[in-house]
Amino acid sequence: MKMPGKPYSHLDLAAIRARLASSRGRNYWRSLEELAESEGFQELLEREFPRHAAEWQPDAAGRRQFMKVMGASLALAGLSACTRQPTETIMPYVRQPEEVIPGKPLYFATAVAHSAIAIGVLVESHLGRPTKVDGNPEHPASLGATDALAQASVLDLYDPDRSQTLTYLGDIRPWSGFLGAAREALGSQTAKSGAGLRFLTGATTSPTLADQFRTVLQKFPAAKWHRYEPVGRHASLAGARQAFGEPLHTYYQIAKADVILSLDADFLCTGPASVRYAADFASRRRVRGNQTAMNRLYVAESTATPTGAKADHRLPLRASDVEAFAASVAAGVGVKGVDTPASNGMTSGPLAKWIAALVKDLGQHRGASVVIPGDHQSPAVHVLAHAINLALGNVGHTVIHTDSLDPNPVDDFESLHELVEDMDAGKVEMLVIVGGNPVYNAPVDFAFAQHMSKVKLRIHLGLYADETSELCQWHIPEAHFLETWSDARAYDGAITILQPLILPLYFGRSVHELLAAFGDTPNQTPYEIVKGHWNRQHPGADFEDWWRKAVHDGIVPNTALPARQVTFKGAPTAPARPAQAQALEIVFRPDPHIFDGRFANNGWLQELPKPLTTLTWDNAAIISPRTAERLSLQNEDLVELEYRGRKVRAPIWMQPGHADDSVTVHLGFGRTRAGRVGNGVGFNAYSLRTSEAPLFDSGVEIVKLGSKFPLAATQNHHLMEGRAIVISGKVDEYRKNPAFAKEQAEEPPKELTIYPGFKYEGYAWGMAIDQTACVGCNVCMIACQAENNIPVVGKEQVAMRRSMHWIRVDSYYGGSMDNPETHFQPLPCMHCENAPCELVCPVQATNHSSEGLNDMVYNRCVGTRYCSNNCPYKVRRFNFFLYSDWNTPSLKLQRNPDVSVRSRGVMEKCTYCVQRINEAKIDAEKEDRRVHDGEIQTACQQACPTQAIVFGDINDPASRVARLKAEPLNYSLLAELNTRPRTTYLAALRNPNPEIENS
Amino acid sequence: MGEDPRDKSSIQPGRSAVIAPGHTFATVTDKISSIVLTRRTPLFWFVPFLIASGLLMVFLAAVGYLFARGVGIWGIRVPVMWGWAITNFVWWIGIGHAGTLISAILLLLRQSWRNSINRFAEAMTLFAVACAGMFPLLHLGRPWLFYWLFPYPNSMGVQPQFRSPLVWDVFAVSTYATVSAMFWFVGLIPDLATLRDRARNRWARATYGILAMGWRGAASHWQKYETASLLLAGLATPLVLSVHTVVSFDFTVAIVPGWHSTIFPPYFVAGAIYSGFAMVLVLAIPLRAMYGLEDLITMRHLDNMAKVMLATGQIVAYSYLFEAFIAWYSGNTYEMFAIWNRMTGPYAPTYWLLIFCNLVFPQLLWLKKIRTNIVWLFVMSLDVLLGMWLERYVIVVVSLHRDFLPSSWGIYSPTIWDVATFVGTIGLFFFLFFLFIRSMPMISIFEVRTLLPQAEVTEGIEK
Repeated sequence: MKMPGKPYSHLDLAAIRARLASSRGRNYWRSLEELAESEGFQELLEREFPRHAAEWQPDAAGRRQFMKVMGASLALAGLSACTRQPTETIMPYVRQPEEVIPGKPLYFATAVAHSAIAIGVLVESHLGRPTKVDGNPEHPASLGATDALAQASVLDLYDPDRSQTLTYLGDIRPWSGFLGAAREALGSQTAKSGAGLRFLTGATTSPTLADQFRTVLQKFPAAKWHRYEPVGRHASLAGARQAFGEPLHTYYQIAKADVILSLDADFLCTGPASVRYAADFASRRRVRGNQTAMNRLYVAESTATPTGAKADHRLPLRASDVEAFAASVAAGVGVKGVDTPASNGMTSGPLAKWIAALVKDLGQHRGASVVIPGDHQSPAVHVLAHAINLALGNVGHTVIHTDSLDPNPVDDFESLHELVEDMDAGKVEMLVIVGGNPVYNAPVDFAFAQHMSKVKLRIHLGLYADETSELCQWHIPEAHFLETWSDARAYDGAITILQPLILPLYFGRSVHELLAAFGDTPNQTPYEIVKGHWNRQHPGADFEDWWRKAVHDGIVPNTALPARQVTFKGAPTAPARPAQAQALEIVFRPDPHIFDGRFANNGWLQELPKPLTTLTWDNAAIISPRTAERLSLQNEDLVELEYRGRKVRAPIWMQPGHADDSVTVHLGFGRTRAGRVGNGVGFNAYSLRTSEAPLFDSGVEIVKLGSKFPLAATQNHHLMEGRAIVISGKVDEYRKNPAFAKEQAEEPPKELTIYPGFKYEGYAWGMAIDQTACVGCNVCMIACQAENNIPVVGKEQVAMRRSMHWIRVDSYYGGSMDNPETHFQPLPCMHCENAPCELVCPVQATNHSSEGLNDMVYNRCVGTRYCSNNCPYKVRRFNFFLYSDWNTPSLKLQRNPDVSVRSRGVMEKCTYCVQRINEAKIDAEKEDRRVHDGEIQTACQQACPTQAIVFGDINDPASRVARLKAEPLNYSLLAELNTRPRTTYLAALRNPNPEIENS
Repeated sequence: MGEDPRDKSSIQPGRSAVIAPGHTFATVTDKISSIVLTRRTPLFWFVPFLIASGLLMVFLAAVGYLFARGVGIWGIRVPVMWGWAITNFVWWIGIGHAGTLISAILLLLRQSWRNSINRFAEAMTLFAVACAGMFPLLHLGRPWLFYWLFPYPNSMGVQPQFRSPLVWDVFAVSTYATVSAMFWFVGLIPDLATLRDRARNRWARATYGILAMGWRGAASHWQKYETASLLLAGLATPLVLSVHTVVSFDFTVAIVPGWHSTIFPPYFVAGAIYSGFAMVLVLAIPLRAMYGLEDLITMRHLDNMAKVMLATGQIVAYSYLFEAFIAWYSGNTYEMFAIWNRMTGPYAPTYWLLIFCNLVFPQLLWLKKIRTNIVWLFVMSLDVLLGMWLERYVIVVVSLHRDFLPSSWGIYSPTIWDVATFVGTIGLFFFLFFLFIRSMPMISIFEVRTLLPQAEVTEGIEK
């Protein structure tokens, strides 16, 4: 983190931040020095752009000098006019392209592959502009839903800070210039069969890319292809190697599992399969009428995650204790060769009962249970999980092993280490970094930047001119995935062909084009490369049809990897390190939204509150309240984290439910060359992370610095204060009394208002939200933001509680602070039938529609904000300033043309996506029918992985929403106020194990 | 008019007189008109006037920046969408009430002692309403569209939403401002004529002449004047009660716990008069000392006003107690929490300071010693002004900051711009007020003359 007193202390970085935050969008700045307004820079500025023209004395010589310079400049200006632009003629559509109707969007299937593993998406395109990314219902990893990263990816496309030109040492060069230089360098490599040539990519699952690399490596047999993903699946691969002798890939069929045990895995919200896992998980928790069967989730975790929050039983454990815990469970279910030393504290004490009950439960569900180890757990935990799953007979049922998704899997840290050693030894002459940002995110002990400087020719392909490109001679702007062709595998191996929706905005080049430059046909387009690859796989005459269908559907048929039979080879080594009492442990996690730092310049993701902590625009050193008490720390205390001789400054945040004596730091912050949004946000946890312990390690120390660092959390109060807000119960209670929730929500008689009621003769729109299903991933918030042109307001405004999200996900804690029971409550506008807001607006800017919508007329609003005061749910959002960016051209392209961009001084709020309602109604009217149930999906509903949100016509008793509202679990929030909300909630149910409950 | 009670009250034994003895018609006229016409403008006028002008500049800067950037420069946020602006609005409009009460209700009740204070109290009303009226406009997200709150024929085919108390406010406040201005101006006419007659400067004579509207002091003029002022007093009297009642509806109509209460209308009116009299005292005490008007604004006046403060203060105190009692008695979770949170929550110091200022400290007014000690009275009045501001702050901010869903609870704090706007309106108020005392007779000349014993005698002879 950049703060006063750090090595670069001559800059007042706090002041810079303050200035950056106060400037909104349109202020460009040249360097940090300018921002700091340091004297040195002012002096430089003075010399370069002389305001007072100090050097030009009013004597004749000076004037002559001036005329000379001007003359030369004018002559040069004339020269530049010699390159005449070719004549181009633009033409209007004479014959309209098929299917393009202005005002009607088109949808194209492609995939988002952020850590190389694909989630299939359908991208909405308005007259050639992709505006919104939504899930592809045909795709196994999506089923129509998405994660937050996929939703936000469209903003990256239009990010004005993306690198826009190909540069050599900072000067603009044409692509042909790069090709020439690369050819020349390769010429000398050909003789050595590429001994000095190295490629560094992130993880990949692309068959085309693998094929291309095969060709390139055939041409240069001594060249090497390294792979490094800072937050990857290396522990999982290493675990599989130990367990099965080969780097198998594992995925889970959660829908088939009755009992689930997560070993520090946030499988519901993190990772490329999380959308599917969350859907499968929720599909087994829908209690409706007499259907009362529920799965049961046990979670042992260090960092508090949404998965832990959804658990029926949650156990906060330090990350280093999870292995001992897993060993105890393994021993319990009969895995041989696991010794569970009594010293680990798991087999005795209060935990023993917990584990015994869990083991019993697992044992009763052989073949229908699943144990999921976290990607951020040690390989040993993965081995133990494999052993347990085998012992329980889950493999082949709930646990599927396949060949690795990566065609040529390597260990990230080993691979990078090898590269660093080669660079150090001077063996590397030409380094091609394809995507990725190793200068920023390589383990600190590798000193990557330092070693890289020994390489003669350094080439970087990236979306941004980032920390790595700064140290490379060549920087090539990368094409965004919505701008180019590629392919990728989903978590089950199914392949999607990625198609572009728009030509590259900034002449970006794809990975495939760059690789082609090293082959024999350097000028191939990505289309030719990808299609060519697939043509070789399907040489038949029907290829064209096959190709069209595969691209159109967004999934290549029959490409899911077959399940592998496995035999357990590696004996589970269970060293089960005794827990060092009181020794603080540091846990490195990717940020839930910024991930490994690659999304740092995405304002939507920066402003999206992180699950549970609700922090925005920062990372923090997250500790449990008890640890905070022990170290006498408070929220926002600035501390120095000291680990293995390295230090970083971080603010403290207490998270109830976090494991004691453990500090979680999220990676991806503290970027210096991310862009206007991401620069200097948070602290850089990579500066502590070593290759020896990239996941977690003990031995960190916290030194209190005595000052505060303000953080922007969107929710500061997480207790329900005895109010019936999230009504929850155990499934057993429901079985005994299905109406238990209704009894807690007091509904006054309808006639208790002096105003006459409304009649809804046509449609009556309503929403039901299933709090059992909501996993608190916040994807609804960002989907709403993308759909409804919701602006980003920045950290200071969020800290002032002025964030603009139309839907928010509240979290409430019950029980103890050390291991609370957590509930999530998504809160869009309630669209009350007796809406308090409508009553108090003096200018009729918020009105009741004939279909029960509470409409907001932006043009009429004068901004008294009375409606917000009178809204008991506080769902109204106000444009305190001109929050929307009305100037940046590229951001205008992203906007949804069906939704107004709001101006300053206007109230706004959830509309139930009225633009989608009207579109469906127009379609229905044209066909002289009613809108079908399910025809309208609100943006939040569409993105929700667990289908927790259901929208529809409550006048139609057969609609899904009407049926949900008839469920006994359905209740109105703050019903006693007689607001009669159209959005209602289904009470949250849990399925705890009676044996643990009663003990 | 044989039995005029005012004469008796002015010479009741045991009580100090309304007007100090020794004055004649001429001395009264001289004394009051000379402040405007002949005496040199004193230094004690310039200093506060310049300070007020400086604060007015602060106000203009704050408003300029506000219009340039938006209401986001203030501290308002979800859930406290109304902050200082509405607090100030209610505070200012409350202050105005004392002037109307003095000039209208006390006129109808024939409380003749009011004659010495009604003129500047009415001016205070006008300027306070001007300050108050600014806030609802400034606090709009889009202030340039304020006129949409008025029902006027328009091509949009949209009218204000008449269920909203804000629309009622528009009518209440604009009516109030109009009636107050008319009443004040009508009351000024005879005195303007006096100034016209006495002015030596041509411009002054012309200006006062135009403003005097041809007043010649004819019996028909007086007769029309008396009718008009009685009518206007009749019009203004219900306004004293209705304006603050309507203002209180802004809160009571809403469902926010701490706002939604039937006790608000009387409680607000009493509070308004309470703070209004405090302001009159804050203005009168230094004025009479500086301009040597102790013989016209006597201890009798100060004592009477202190008694009004004491009485209204007791009503306010009763309301505080009942607000808490009803919250408990209702058994409603939210209401109980709202009161409990006022008393013990993050803003508890504000609440207890308000209780001290409005409820505890003013009990000293029971003592005659305090009521007749101008230093104590001045301090007491400032204390009540502070207390009444805090009361509105507690009602507006503390009720909003924790309402129904704990997830949206938050802490409000004002920014420098909130403070600048408020201080700026104080500047505006005093700027106008000092202009007024420099250019208009701050005490009604002709009305004070009727308090003199000579007036009684003359009347008798005429009969």
